[in-house]
Amino acid sequence: MISVEFRGFAWRHAGRLASAVADVDLRIEPGERVLLLGPSGSGKSTLLAALAGLLTTDSGEQTGAVLLDGADAADQRGRVGILFQDPETQLVMARSGDDVAFGLENQAVPPAQIWPRVDQALETVGFPYGRERGTDALSGGEQQRLALAGVLARRPDLILLDEPTANLDPEGAKAIREGLRTALADTEATLIVVEHRVADILDLVDRVIALGPGGALAADGTPEAVFGEHGDSLAAQGVWVPGAPLPVRPSGDAGEVRLRGEGLTLAYPGADRSALDGVDLELRAGELLAVTGPNGSGKSTLALLAGGLEKPTAGRARVPGERTGLHRLPAKRLATHVGTVFQDPEHQFVTATVRDELAFAPRAAGWESERIEARVSELLERLRLDRLAGANPHTLSGGEARRLSVAGALAAAPGTLILDEPTFGQDRRTWGELVDLIADIRDDGTALMAVTHDRDFAAALAGRELALDQGKATEEATRC
Amino acid sequence: MLTLAPVCGPQAPIARVNPVAKLFAVAAISATALIAADWLTPLLLLAAIFAVVPFSGIRFGPLVKRLKWLWLAAATVVVVNTVFAAEQTGAILFSLGPLEISAGALTAGAALGLRVCVAATAGVLGFATTDPTDLADALTQQLRTSPRFTIGSLAALRMLPLLAAEWRQITTARRARGLEGGRNPVRRAKLFASTMFALLVGAMRRAGRLAAAMDARGFDSGIPRTRAREQRMSPPDWIIMVAAVAVCAIAVGLSAAYGVFRFLS
Amino acid sequence: MPPIDSSPPAPDRGALAAFLAPTGRWRTVDIVTCAVLAVAFSIVFWAWNFVWAGIDPLFKFFPPLSAVIYGLWLIPAVLAPLIVRKAGAGIFTEGLAALMSLLLGSPYGITVIYQGLLQGLGGDLAFASGRYRRYGVPIAMLGGALAGFGGTMWDVLYWYPTFDLWAFKVPYVAIAMVSGAIVAGLGSKALVKAMQPTGVLDRFPAGRERARI
Ligand SMILES: Nc1ncnc2c1ncn2[C@@H]1O[C@H](COP(=O)(O)OP(=O)(O)OP(=O)(O)O)[C@@H](O)[C@H]1O
Ligand SMILES: Nc1ncnc2c1ncn2[C@@H]1O[C@H](COP(=O)(O)OP(=O)(O)OP(=O)(O)O)[C@@H](O)[C@H]1O
Ligand SMILES: [Mg+2]
Ligand SMILES: [Mg+2]
Repeated sequence: MISVEFRGFAWRHAGRLASAVADVDLRIEPGERVLLLGPSGSGKSTLLAALAGLLTTDSGEQTGAVLLDGADAADQRGRVGILFQDPETQLVMARSGDDVAFGLENQAVPPAQIWPRVDQALETVGFPYGRERGTDALSGGEQQRLALAGVLARRPDLILLDEPTANLDPEGAKAIREGLRTALADTEATLIVVEHRVADILDLVDRVIALGPGGALAADGTPEAVFGEHGDSLAAQGVWVPGAPLPVRPSGDAGEVRLRGEGLTLAYPGADRSALDGVDLELRAGELLAVTGPNGSGKSTLALLAGGLEKPTAGRARVPGERTGLHRLPAKRLATHVGTVFQDPEHQFVTATVRDELAFAPRAAGWESERIEARVSELLERLRLDRLAGANPHTLSGGEARRLSVAGALAAAPGTLILDEPTFGQDRRTWGELVDLIADIRDDGTALMAVTHDRDFAAALAGRELALDQGKATEEATRC
Repeated sequence: MLTLAPVCGPQAPIARVNPVAKLFAVAAISATALIAADWLTPLLLLAAIFAVVPFSGIRFGPLVKRLKWLWLAAATVVVVNTVFAAEQTGAILFSLGPLEISAGALTAGAALGLRVCVAATAGVLGFATTDPTDLADALTQQLRTSPRFTIGSLAALRMLPLLAAEWRQITTARRARGLEGGRNPVRRAKLFASTMFALLVGAMRRAGRLAAAMDARGFDSGIPRTRAREQRMSPPDWIIMVAAVAVCAIAVGLSAAYGVFRFLS
Repeated sequence: MPPIDSSPPAPDRGALAAFLAPTGRWRTVDIVTCAVLAVAFSIVFWAWNFVWAGIDPLFKFFPPLSAVIYGLWLIPAVLAPLIVRKAGAGIFTEGLAALMSLLLGSPYGITVIYQGLLQGLGGDLAFASGRYRRYGVPIAMLGGALAGFGGTMWDVLYWYPTFDLWAFKVPYVAIAMVSGAIVAGLGSKALVKAMQPTGVLDRFPAGRERARI
């Protein structure tokens, strides 16, 4: 149990003119369970980092104070546990058990108590393997659980969770929430959780705090009060208010086949089974194919093969007019047929500013400069990246980076576009803009494939759905 | 491919030796090989090393795979040091135009190759059988190295497969956006440079996040850490260290007795 | 005239502390950054071996010339101190990169560690000679040259002991030092400059000077 207080808090990241958050005045009482909401880029991750004592003077400029039980947060690190937005980089050790033990060693827990506490934490989160399991042999969902165990084992007084279920399949997300519920039942710790998709997490919290753009306080109170009184204005600002209607853009008639995958198969070196096993697919002009399935079922692998970026073990992907498989085409030629957006946005970026990133594809396609200028400005504005036009793509928030990588591929879309998880980490408003942009180019005749865990996205846009499980296509259904 | 896969199972006798003891044995043997410039001392050391292998639990296949390149390097050392030797002494064994190879140069070259062979083989035996986590534990506990530096390095080592995968991903991403080296060597070198830069920036970014994650879990809190995994020196570890020194002494002694020992080159 | 005193003044702790004062304490991010750089370079070296295999035959006509690209192996010894600005950063990073390649299975065996330490020491000496206050182009080039000196001294003693002194050893060491000064020295300065706008140097003194957006 610990009380949390922001007093006139503002933070400016080094290298930025504008503050990420400003004038935050907020008090959270010991033991409260709080959901922190706000549009993408409003500074939620920044606030959590401040509470964890990770915003040091060498990384930016702070005004005001962040107090935990009245003391500076930087001196209270031992009492805070934080789960970051990206699970991969928060695992420290090579073996799962050692990783959980790492935090306990730092806390000077007596050696005899360490392993019992490790085992207990692993059990709480439902970690399916033993302590010896290598941390690099875990899927995204398992990594997330392990990281959560590392947080819980230290028995922090303040638990901070940053989008704990983004990128997880619905099953995995549910498992994480279950683990969390068990853990919270027998601690009195204060909890702050950031999550865009509100509906699932509401029963874990008793207070909702909504930030507006720039970190200004937009609403504060019990879930019922916040969504009851401010529901409409929050929805307008981009909060996923439960029950608010979402846009739907049904597809028109599908045109000719633009890309055909025949028996696509890939076994990664050293793996005991194929990540993808004999999958056929067809992408047609003016239609979006949604690819769904649990974590590790081979969706991203399919995206790589269909995009001609990986050499299949068997089968091939082809486009009409080319005699060889896509993976054999030189990169320049490939880019005129198919564009791909990766699951991890950071891998996508090849230039040093947001603006150049958007202009890259139109330039390569030989557009004249006024047209490029117009397109770039339109995208910047619609996706609310205009403030960040000069920023380096790698300094964006999680959601901003995702939007940029999708927009970069949409800017001058070739005939076929393959998107891997295009909507994760988006607030409702940017989500709506992305859906509209994608629908626009689809209706202009682009053939699309989108890998997604986002049911709403598939419902809004998809003409057909391809479900994968363990590398095989389980069903292919027409939607609508 | 880049891996840290050890050449033996975790239960193999050699994998259970304290890493510091192994480190000491490897250092002693390769130091001896370094100060000896004759051919007999390294040959004896090599024989001693191979006498140990059957009892170590090392799998033969993976070991040979690792050693293949090392021995190739050793063979190159023999060749270049023989062919390019500054002075050719003794009987001429071979001559072709300006190229002459003498018995003296060949013996000297072979001695150098054997020396490389000893250092390389001992290194593989010592390091390819050691789990990095165990090594770090032993370094902090037996050699009292700074836990912050040791554990920090260990955490970075975990990034190795991630960064190796990232290298491939960067290449793929560039292909997706129409950038590729093709056969043109200049373009290839340019793309190599830009990929290397992207990797470095990615690595720096990961380092920042990893450091934040470690600090968030109290790494730099100033409290002396406790240790979940105990590494200790058991009698067999001491025996191994003493045996390594003994082997070195015997090798030097024998070659001195035969009158071939030479100190340094 | 001051009285002649043959014994040099004992370097007391205060003097050493004052000497090292500009570098300050190693933060976690300094340690991890150096260590991750070492890991990244062990991968770069590994990938470079493939590129190198294609260029190598070009140097056969004059063997010492193979030292021309020596500088690539010395980058960590200069780049790490330039970024973190801590005493010992060169030795730590270059030594760790060597240890790493040993764990990966280096064709050079345990001797890469000694060689790595020598190279790192060369780099660190240069920054120490600038009293850990100067991080400009001259010091960086000196660092690269000294790292090259350290590394090639090992080479000529261990790998090429029988080679001729003037025909091989001297030009080899000299070329490697020039290569170190250019590739590792100037190259690291260029790398730092290119990294500045990416924001990854924000937490380091080297990244402070960039323009704001
Ligand atoms: N390292 C950084 N350097 C510079 N600016 C940054 C950095 N990290 C974040 N920002 C900026 O600070 C602002 C707030 O970012 P933050 O990550 O806190 O947003 P967020 O609310 O968590 O968004 P999301 O929901 O998209 O994750 C953004 O405009 C972002 O571009
Ligand atoms: N580079 C790789 N090397 C080895 N195995 C891999 C590699 N990439 C993926 N895999 C394995 O292949 C399988 C399919 O992975 P893929 O990334 O295609 O899954 P996914 O359906 O996209 O999952 P998610 O929803 O978590 O993104 C998984 O079991 C994964 O562990
Ligand atoms: Mg965030
Ligand atoms: Mg995926």
